[in-house]
Amino acid sequence: MRRTLRTMTILLGLALFVAVPPAVDAGGSPALLGLANRILIYAIAAVSLDLIIGYGAMVSFGHAMFFGLGGYTVGIVAYHTFGGEPLLGWSGTNAALIVWPLALLVCALIALVVGALTLRTSGVQFIMITLAFAQMVFFVLVSLQIYGGDDGLMLERRNQLPLIDLAGPQTFYYLCLALLVAWTAICALIVNSRFGLVLQALRQSERRAINLGIRPFPFRLAAFVISAVGTGLAGVLWANYARFVTPDMAAWSKSGEFMAIVVLGGLGTLLGPIAGTAVFIALEQLLSAWTEHWMIVMGPVLTLVALFGRRGIAGRLFGGRRD
Amino acid sequence: MTDALLQNAATPVLAIEGLRKSFGALVATDNVSLEVGPGELHALIGPNGAGKSTLITQICGEIRPNAGRILFEGRDVTALRAPARARLGLGRTFQITQLCPDFTAIENVLLSIEARHGGSFDMLSNPRRNAAHLELARNWLDQVGLAAQGDRTVAQLAHGERRQLEIAVALARQPKLLLLDEPMAGMGAEESMSLTRLLQSLKRRYAILLVEHDMDAVFALADRISVLVYGRVVFTGTVEEVREHPEVRAAYLGEDRPC
Repeated sequence: MRRTLRTMTILLGLALFVAVPPAVDAGGSPALLGLANRILIYAIAAVSLDLIIGYGAMVSFGHAMFFGLGGYTVGIVAYHTFGGEPLLGWSGTNAALIVWPLALLVCALIALVVGALTLRTSGVQFIMITLAFAQMVFFVLVSLQIYGGDDGLMLERRNQLPLIDLAGPQTFYYLCLALLVAWTAICALIVNSRFGLVLQALRQSERRAINLGIRPFPFRLAAFVISAVGTGLAGVLWANYARFVTPDMAAWSKSGEFMAIVVLGGLGTLLGPIAGTAVFIALEQLLSAWTEHWMIVMGPVLTLVALFGRRGIAGRLFGGRRD
Repeated sequence: MTDALLQNAATPVLAIEGLRKSFGALVATDNVSLEVGPGELHALIGPNGAGKSTLITQICGEIRPNAGRILFEGRDVTALRAPARARLGLGRTFQITQLCPDFTAIENVLLSIEARHGGSFDMLSNPRRNAAHLELARNWLDQVGLAAQGDRTVAQLAHGERRQLEIAVALARQPKLLLLDEPMAGMGAEESMSLTRLLQSLKRRYAILLVEHDMDAVFALADRISVLVYGRVVFTGTVEEVREHPEVRAAYLGEDRPC
């Protein structure tokens, strides 16, 4: 019964996203496509963050750094490809199949270092240290004068994929949708795997796991890196969507936004954060049209969900169990 | 290979030599030595605050002693951390239940089975769909009398059932030595008796170090008993010897447990 409801909700959600471009063609507002595209991109980051917060109890308050790093890798390569001087002797490329994996690799390496240092701690210390690292990345991006400093970097054009024309807004939208579906499926696979079982056990009872012969650190680090790569992918897509990257992508407020989205959608549910993203971004759009102080409304909504919403939107829909 | 030479039949599974642990001025473990032989059930009794749990946490490697050695099957494991000791075959249950509350009973046992099989970085296969491991897990649940509760989450289990599940999880790791830290804690008379029967059935198959307050259970199960008072082992002997020993009666059995 619950399983059927879940499947129905997934199919309905998917159908809604698929239907957006035709609906816009049929006379809907063109702004709708942009809104839906932003939801898809943020949802990839939200699902990634849920992997470590919801399943691993690693409350990263610095995940925007990977969003920023993913975006800036695309931006910086593009800057050198179109116009700028070569980057360390490399004249750059606009091929997505090279730039995107490169961006994800950058995120993975930084996450490996940051994770190795921060995962010595847990709880509040972990929150603060991830925040500190994200702030470091933020200020490095601000200080990169050749890449625009505070103002950020414009991209000449989107990256190129063979056979798929990313310049078309609808094509790009469907690519983002496909990547969100694929990434969520991968995360679901991980969560339900042996690795996922151990990761969740570490969240629930570290002492039990340790006394079964499990060393917590490698599992947490691996999950942290996977999560960072997913968030980096969102950053890559954002850079291509907006054709513009700014240090704000790595700002602490962005990290907070991702966390708020995950809480709103439901920790440890993977699908919840997607719904959370849709609600958050739609609310933001509606409220900010009404008043620039839209956080006055959004704040209390989040507080109420955190206090009373059992596991957020997904908890309401599918009940309490994490699976 | 001196390790191999040392491992003759007489080698105790666990040997503690001159173990000492202090927290500031408080000496929680004071020059403790004891042995658990193959197939032996060694009980550790003592009043609250005697340092039983501190001793157990040192044996399993969660805290380090200030001095002394811990030998597991003749091998010095004093420097090893808890996960490494668990992999060598040291299993334990906890005085305060340590289970995964959101997992079902069977998932808790599966975790133990997966931990034993190592290579837990497998991100593709779902252990809940591994027929062989599920079968194993059901067997362990059956052994502790939880066959019917496999699909209930720990949060839904009664206190006594959680205590039983603790033991199933420890057994599924297939340890050589079982450290049971007050397995009867908080149990009713009926439940204690059925757990005593369960432990009776485990006896001889594992070397067991049992910390317990329930004296009926201890006297029914133990081969040898060590009495710990203020961090010191004041006496080690058989059930009869402990019953008769004047110092033990004075220190522990004769008086009510201090609170």
